[in-house]
Amino acid sequence: MLQSWVIASVSFAYLGVLFAIAYYGDKRADAGRSIIANPTIYALSLAVYCTTWTFYGSVGRAASTGIGFLPIYLGPTLMAGLWWFVMLKIIRISKANRITSIADFVSSRYGKSHLLGGLVTIIAVIGIVPYISLQLKAVSNSFTILLHYPDIVMPARAAAQPLLQDSALYIALILAAFTILFGTRHLDATERHEGMVAAIAFESLVKLLAFVAVGIFVTFFLYDGFDDIFDRAELVPRLKALMTVDDTGASYGSWWSLTFLSMLSIMFLPRQFQISVVENVNERHLARAIWLFPLYLLLINIFVLPIAVGGLLHFPDGSVDADTFVLTLPMAEQQEALALLVYIGGLSAGTGMVIVETIALSTMVCNDLVMPVLLRWKSLRLHEEQDLSWLLLSIRRWAIAAILLLGYIYFRAAGEAYALVGIGLISFAAVAQFAPSIVGGIYWKGGTRQGAIAGLVAGFAVWVYTLLLPSFAKSGWLSLSFISEGLFGIGLLKPQQLFGLSGLGEIPHSLFWSMLANIGCYVAVSLRRRPDVVETSQATLFVDAFRHTEGDQRSRFWRGSAQVQDLLPLIGRFLGPERARDAFLIYARRRGVASIDQLEANADLVHYAETLLAGAIGGASARVMVASVVKEEPLGIDEVMNILDEASQVRAYSRQVEQKSHELEEATAELRAANERLKELDRMKDDFMSTVTHELRTPLTSIRAFSEILLEDPKTNLENRRKFLAIIVKETERLTRLINQVLDMAKIESGNAEWHTADIDLREVIEESLAATSSLFADKRIGLEKRLAGDVPSVRADRDRLIQVMLNLLANAVKFCEEDRGRVTVRLFAEGGAARVDVEDNGAGIAEADQPTVFEKFRQVGDTMTAKPQGTGLGLPISRQIVEHFGGRLWVKSSLGKGATFSFTLPLDAGEARQEERRQND
Amino acid sequence: MMKRSILTGQRLVAVFLFGCVLFNYPVIALFNKTGELLDIPLLYLFLFGAWGLLIGLMAWVIEHRQE
Repeated sequence: MLQSWVIASVSFAYLGVLFAIAYYGDKRADAGRSIIANPTIYALSLAVYCTTWTFYGSVGRAASTGIGFLPIYLGPTLMAGLWWFVMLKIIRISKANRITSIADFVSSRYGKSHLLGGLVTIIAVIGIVPYISLQLKAVSNSFTILLHYPDIVMPARAAAQPLLQDSALYIALILAAFTILFGTRHLDATERHEGMVAAIAFESLVKLLAFVAVGIFVTFFLYDGFDDIFDRAELVPRLKALMTVDDTGASYGSWWSLTFLSMLSIMFLPRQFQISVVENVNERHLARAIWLFPLYLLLINIFVLPIAVGGLLHFPDGSVDADTFVLTLPMAEQQEALALLVYIGGLSAGTGMVIVETIALSTMVCNDLVMPVLLRWKSLRLHEEQDLSWLLLSIRRWAIAAILLLGYIYFRAAGEAYALVGIGLISFAAVAQFAPSIVGGIYWKGGTRQGAIAGLVAGFAVWVYTLLLPSFAKSGWLSLSFISEGLFGIGLLKPQQLFGLSGLGEIPHSLFWSMLANIGCYVAVSLRRRPDVVETSQATLFVDAFRHTEGDQRSRFWRGSAQVQDLLPLIGRFLGPERARDAFLIYARRRGVASIDQLEANADLVHYAETLLAGAIGGASARVMVASVVKEEPLGIDEVMNILDEASQVRAYSRQVEQKSHELEEATAELRAANERLKELDRMKDDFMSTVTHELRTPLTSIRAFSEILLEDPKTNLENRRKFLAIIVKETERLTRLINQVLDMAKIESGNAEWHTADIDLREVIEESLAATSSLFADKRIGLEKRLAGDVPSVRADRDRLIQVMLNLLANAVKFCEEDRGRVTVRLFAEGGAARVDVEDNGAGIAEADQPTVFEKFRQVGDTMTAKPQGTGLGLPISRQIVEHFGGRLWVKSSLGKGATFSFTLPLDAGEARQEERRQND
Repeated sequence: MMKRSILTGQRLVAVFLFGCVLFNYPVIALFNKTGELLDIPLLYLFLFGAWGLLIGLMAWVIEHRQE
C-alpha cells in the first residue's frame, strides 16, 4: 500500500540524498579535490537535457505522433559532432572572459552592452518559466496519481487542490530552498557549483535507471519482448500508423525542423549553457561527452515506443493520459516498488531541470537585469558601500525564489491549458533565437550591437506572435478567432499561417519566420555600419579565441591610468574584501611581486580586475564599474585597427620565430650527422694507421733480416748476397711507393697537389700505361685485348696523373686475375660528350655490398688483418680524386665471381668550351 | 588545455554530415514503410541502428585521437 506518508518520506529521503551529495561535492571542491573533474560525470550532468518532458512526455508524444518524438534527441546527437569546434570555442571564450551566463556571453560579445544582456535575460525568462511550470506540474501530477494507488485517477479529473494542500507549491518551495543552498552558497568569480553538478549527475543516473526499468518491465514482463509488442501493434491500424512518419513533404519538413530546433536547444538552453560551459571543470571533458551524451539519449529512448504501444494496448479506452503511462502501467500491474522508482525518476528529471535552470536564470536576472539598474540608481548610494557581496547574493536568492514562484503561479493559472502542455517545443523555439547572435558572434567579426538587438527583437517578436499568443488563444485566454481569422481579421496575419504560408506544422512555421526575421535583421542591421572600437576589440577576442592566449590581446585595447588603491576596494565591494585581496595576491605572485602595494596598475591589472568583477556581476556592469575608478583614454577606431594589424604582425613574427627554431633544429641534426661522420673518419684513420704500419713493417722486417744476415755472416756466397740485396732493394722500393702514395693522397686532399693540365690524347696515355705494365701481364701470362676507338678527341687533363690512374686500374685487374686464365680488356670510346675508358677483367669480382667501399680511403675489400693486404688501400681513392678533379667520374660494375669493370669518363667539351670562350672574348 | 586536433574535428564534422544525410529526407523515406525486419518495424530499427552507428563512429574518432 502506498500511503501518502510513504511517498512523502521517500521523496524527502531522496532529496536528502541529493543534499548529501551536493554537500559532499562542495566540501571536496573546497578541499581542492573535485569529485566532478571527470568526463563521465560531465557527460551525465549534460543529461539535464532530459526533463520530465522526456521522462513522462516522450511516451505521450510517441502515443500521438509515433516515432515522430525522436528528432528531439537525434538533433543533439548530430550537434555533438560539431562540439569539437563550436562548443570548445564557446567554452574557451567563456573561461577567458569569465562569462557566467548566456546573456553575459551575448552582451560581452557585442561591446558589453547592458541592453543586450537585459534583452537576452527577458527572452530567456519568458521562454523558460513556463517550462519550469511544466516540471512542477509533472512532479505534482505523478505525486497525485501515486497517491490514489491502486486506483488510477487522472489529476486533470481530480478535484483541484486548495492552495495550501497543493503538492506543487511545496515542491516549488523545497526546490527553491535547495537551489538557494547550493546555487548561491558563496560568490565565486567563476560561478561554478560543484556540489550541484554532482547531484545533477546522480539524478541523471537515477532517471535513466528508472526509465529503463519500466521499459524492461513493460517490454519483457508485461509483453513478450519487442517483437510481441510490435506484432500486436501491427493488428491495430491506429498503432500501426505510429511506426512510420506520414509520407508527406510536410511531415519530413517537420521532422527536419524538429531536429534543427533541438540542435540549437542543446547549445543555447540556459541550463545546457550553465552545465556545459559555466560548470565545465576542464575542457578535455568535452571529448568524451561528445559520444557519451548521445549514448545516454539513445538508452533513454529505446523503450519509449514500446511503452507507448504497451500503454495504448493496455488502456484502449483512452481513460488514461498517455503522458502518465510510465507511471500508470506499473501501477495497473500492482508493481508498487517499480511505481515508486518511476516516481523518483520523474522527481529526478524535474528537480534536475528546475535547479539548474533556476540557477542559470537567477545569474542572468541578477547580473544583467537588476544590478545594472541598481548601479545606475544614484540615490541608493551603492557606490558608498564597502561590501556589496551580500547584496549580490541576496539578489540571486530572491531571484531564485521569484522564478520558482513565477513558475508555480503560471502552473496554477494554466493548469491543463495548452499553454502549459505544449510549452516544451515552444520553449525550445524561444532559445533558438539566441543562435544567430551567438554563432554569428563567434565566427563573424562584422556583427554589431544594433544588429544583435534587431535580430533578437525581431525573432522574439515573431516567436511571440506565431507561438506564444496562439498557445494563449488555444488555452482560452485570447479569442480563438485570433488564430482562425488573423489579427484584426486580416487573413494574411493568421499567426500560424503567416502571409499565407500553410502546410507547415506550427513549430516549423514559427521556426522559419522567426529565423528569417532574426538572421535577416542581424545581418542587415550589422552591415549598416562598421563595428565601433569596443565591438571590434570584443569581436577579435571572440572570433580569434583559439589564437589568443589569455590576457595578451585584451590589455592591448586599453590605455589610461589607474591606482591599485582604487581597484582593490572596488573588487572587494563585490567579491568581499578578503577574496579580493587573495585574488590580487595571486596576481602579484604570478608577476613576481611580493606585495599588493608594489603592484603596478597597468593595463594588465585593470583587465585582471575587470575579469574578476565580470565573474561576479557580468561583463557589462564590470566594464561600467571599472571605468568609474580608472582614467581611460578612449581609443579611436583607427588605433584599434592599428593594434589589430600589429597583432597580426606579432603573429607573423612568432611564426618566423617558430620557423627559425625549426631551422635551428635541422642545423643541429646536420651537425650531429657531421660529427658522426667525423668519428667514422677518425676510426678509419686508426684502421689506416694499423694497415700502413703493418705494410711498413713487413718490408722493414725483411730488409732488416737480410741486412743482418749479410752483416753477421761475411762468408755468404756471392749469389746469395746478390739475391738478398735484390730483395732489400725491392722491399725498399715498396716502402717508397707506399710513402709516396700517402704523401700524394695528403697533397690532393689538402688541395696542394700540382696539376700540369694540357690537351692530351687518351690513346697515347693508354698505350704508354700498357707498355709499362706489360711485364706484369707477361709474368702472370694474362691475355690483353685492346679496343681503342680512333676518333676520340683530346681531353684536358694532367698526363702523368692519368697514367697513374691507368696503371692503378691495370695493376688491380692483373692482381685479381688468375694466372694463365686471366683476361683483361681495355676499351676507349666517346660517349655522350665524354671520353670513356673501361678496364675489364675476369677475376674474382667484387660483391655488390663492397663496391662503394673500394673507393673509400684506407679501405680494402676483404679482411686486412688476416689476409695479406693487396696494396695500400689508397690507389682507387687517389684515382677517383684525380678523375673527379678533371670533371669526370670513376665507378665499378661487378658481381662476385664474374670479374669487374672499372670505368672512368673525362669530359670532352672542356677543351672545346675553352676555345668557345676564347672566341667570344676576342 | 585541450589541444585542438584539426583532424579529429574534421572527422567529427564528417560524422555530423553523414548523420544529417541518414536522418533526413530522402533516406528516412526509404525506410518509412510498414514492414518488419527481425520482427521490429523497419523505421524504428533503422533509426536506432543509424543512431548507434553514429555514436560508435564518434566514440571511435574521440578515443583514437592523437594529441
